Amino acid sequence: MSRTLHTFKGGVHPPEHKSESNSRPIHAAPVPRELVIPMRQHMGSPAKPVVGVGERVLKGQLIGEADGYISSAVHASSSGIVRAIGLAAVPHVSGLPDECITIETDGLDEWIDHAPLDYRAMEPSDLRMRLRDMGLAGLGGAVFPSAVKLDPGARHHCPTLIINGGECEPWITCDDVLMRHHAGDILQGVAVMRHLLGSTEILIGIEDNKPEAIAAMQAAATMMDFAVEVVTLPTIYPAGGAKQMIEMLTGKQVPSGKLSTDIGIQVFNVGTAHALARAVHHGEPLISRLVTVTGHVLRPQNFDVLIGTPMQVLIDLAGDRDGSTGVLMGGPMMGMPMPHTIPHGLQPVADRSPLVGDLGVPVVKATNCILVQSKELFPPLPKALPCIRCIRCADACPAELQPQELFRFAKAGDFGRAQEYHLFDCIECGCCSYVCPSHIPLVDFYRYAKSEIWTREKEKRAADLARERHEFRQFRLEREKKEKAEKLAAKAQAKRAELAATPADERAAPTDADAKKALIAAALARAQAKKAEAAPKNIEHLAPDTQREINEIEARRAKIREMARQPLEPEEKT
Amino acid sequence: MLTAILVMVALAVVIGLVLGWSAIRFKVEGNPLAEKIDAILPQTQCGQCGFPGCRPYAEAIAKGEADINQCPPGGEDGVKKLAELLGVEPKPLDETHGTPKPKSVAVIDEQTCIGCTLCIQACPVDAIVGAAKQMHTIVADECTGCELCLPPCPVDCITMVPVAEDLPHWKWKHPVIMLKEVP
Repeated sequence: MSRTLHTFKGGVHPPEHKSESNSRPIHAAPVPRELVIPMRQHMGSPAKPVVGVGERVLKGQLIGEADGYISSAVHASSSGIVRAIGLAAVPHVSGLPDECITIETDGLDEWIDHAPLDYRAMEPSDLRMRLRDMGLAGLGGAVFPSAVKLDPGARHHCPTLIINGGECEPWITCDDVLMRHHAGDILQGVAVMRHLLGSTEILIGIEDNKPEAIAAMQAAATMMDFAVEVVTLPTIYPAGGAKQMIEMLTGKQVPSGKLSTDIGIQVFNVGTAHALARAVHHGEPLISRLVTVTGHVLRPQNFDVLIGTPMQVLIDLAGDRDGSTGVLMGGPMMGMPMPHTIPHGLQPVADRSPLVGDLGVPVVKATNCILVQSKELFPPLPKALPCIRCIRCADACPAELQPQELFRFAKAGDFGRAQEYHLFDCIECGCCSYVCPSHIPLVDFYRYAKSEIWTREKEKRAADLARERHEFRQFRLEREKKEKAEKLAAKAQAKRAELAATPADERAAPTDADAKKALIAAALARAQAKKAEAAPKNIEHLAPDTQREINEIEARRAKIREMARQPLEPEEKT
Repeated sequence: MLTAILVMVALAVVIGLVLGWSAIRFKVEGNPLAEKIDAILPQTQCGQCGFPGCRPYAEAIAKGEADINQCPPGGEDGVKKLAELLGVEPKPLDETHGTPKPKSVAVIDEQTCIGCTLCIQACPVDAIVGAAKQMHTIVADECTGCELCLPPCPVDCITMVPVAEDLPHWKWKHPVIMLKEVP
C-alpha cells in the first residue's frame, strides 16, 4: 500500500543524533523524594488546587481540578504528603516561579482506586469530561487539552485522523522508543480517538529514520479491527509539525488563521494516543511520560518519568558529566533553555539563583527531552552580523513566510506590518535561524514580536473595559441625580394633594408659599397639642414655696417668649 | 435674464433643501476625531491631564484646546501615537501633569479601613466594593491605577502596589544581539 506523498516548502536537515539514545530500553525512573507538580502544565487556564497542605494523597489522586473548558486536571504522581502549595520554580524560560503542589513521597507508591472506562457505552461528552479530569493533554509539545481536540464540533465527525510519529527534531527519541515498545497501546488509544471523532481514514506518519518503529506500528496495525495506514515520510525537519505533516500526507494546506479541523483533519501525537489508552483501558490519569535524556551525559536514554520529578534526578541517572554549559527542555531547534542555564545570545531575565547545572525544575507534561549541552556538542554561536537579505531563511521557512521581512519589522517595533506579513503563522521551528549565515537569532525576534502584540491586545481590552465602566458610572450618577429629583418632586406633589383634600380649605388658590406656611402651622399646632397632652405629672401636691417658685419661673419664661416674639412680628408682616 | 435668475434661485432652493435634509439625515453623533483620540488614551480616568476623564480630554484635544502631551499614563508612546493621528510633531511629556509610573493597582489595608465609602465615590470605574461601615476592597482586575482613591481616604489605608511580573504576564524581551565586540 503506497501513497503519493506531497512535500512542504522549505525545511532543513540538521544532524539527527538519534542513535545516542534510541538503542537503550526504557527505564522507569525511581520515585523521587519530592515531587513538584505545577498547576499550569497545559494551554488554557491553570488547574485549581483541591488538596490542603499536610493532606496525604495517593498515586493518581486529583490534586488540581480543571478550571474552565480549555483546561486540564493535575494528579499526584505518587503517594505521599502535600508539603506546600505555592510558588515554586517551573521549567519556563523566564525563570519566574508559578503555583505548584509539592508532595513529599512516602515510597509506597500506593495507587488510588481506579478502573477502566467502558468508552463505547459512554456519552461522548461525558467521556471527554472524564478525559479532561484525567489530565489528558497533547504530549507532542503544545500540551493542548486533548478533550477539546477530541470534540468534532458542529461537523459531528472528523474524516481524517493523523497520528504524528514524525519526531523530526534532532536528539529526541521518546516517540521512537514508545512506538517500538508500546505500538499496541498507541493503537488502542487511536481506537478511542476514532470512536470520538468518527474518523474514517487513519494515517500514522513516521519519518524513515525510525525503521524499527515503523515495523512495530505496522505489525500492531494488522491486529486492529479498523484500517490504519502507516506512512513512511522522508526525514526532513519539521515534518513532525502538525501543518507540515498534514500537507505531506494529504496535500492539503491549513489556511492561515484556521484550524486543521476546519478542513476535516485532526492530528495527535503518538504519546497522547498512548496516554489515552492508559486512561481508558486502565483508568490511569496522566501522571508519567517518556522523557529522552541526552546530549552531554554518560548514558543517553529514555526514562518513564513521573510528572514532577526534578530534572536533575534524571540527569544524574543518565550520568552527569563535567563541562555542561546548559540544559534545554526539548530539542536543539525549538527547545527552551532552562532557567539559570541560559546560553549566550539570550538575555537572562531573572537572577533567582540555584547554581547553574543544578536543575531544580520539575518534569512537566510538555517535557519530551532534557538535552544537556556542552561546548563540544553545542559550540557557542558566532557573533550575529547584520542581515544581508540573502533570503535563505525564506527558502527554508516551512510556513512560507518572509522571515527577513518579519525580522525587519519586529526589530523596528512595527508590529502591525509584522502581523500583515502573517507573523502568527510562524511555528517557531527555528529553520530560519538555522540557515542564517549572519547567525541572527530570528526566532527570538518573532517570539518578542508575538508577545508584544499579545500584551498590547490585553492592554487594549483592559482600556476598553475601563472606558465602558467609566461611561456606565457617569450614566449611573446622572440617573441617580434624576431619580432623586423625581422622588422629591413626587413627595411635594403628594403633600400638596393631601393638603388640597383637607375639608378646611378656604383658600381660593393656595400658592406654594401658602401651602408651606399652612404645613408649618399645622406642624406647630400638632406639636402644641402634644405638649398639652404631655402635661407634667409632678406638680399636683406641692409646697406653697415650690409653687411660688414655679410661678415665677413661668412668668419669666412668658416674658422671654414675649420678647423673643416681638422683633419677629414686623418681619412676619412684610 | 429673469429666467436665468429664476433658474438659479430654483437651483439654490433645491440644493439648499437637499443639503439641509442630508445634514439632518446623515448627522454624525459625537465627534469622530475625539473618538479616535479617545481610543488611543489609556482610559485610566485619572484626571492628571486636567480634565475629568479621558473622554473630555480627547474632546479638548479634538477642539484644539489641550495639548497632546498631558497624559502621563499614556507615556511617550501615547504622545507619539496622538502626534501620528493628528499629523503634528511629537513632543516630550509635560512634567507639570505628572510623570509616567509603572502600572500599579490600589490595595486597601482591610484592617485599617473604617468603611467611610469616600473612596467608592471617588473611583472613576467603580472598582471598589463595600458599603457604609463595612470593609471595602478593590477589584484588582478593574483598577486602572488612577490614584483618585488615595486623597479622600481619611485613614490613609490605601496604597499603590506596582503590578509584579508573573508567569501569565511575562513577555519575551527584545533579543540582545552583539554585533561587534568592543575591545
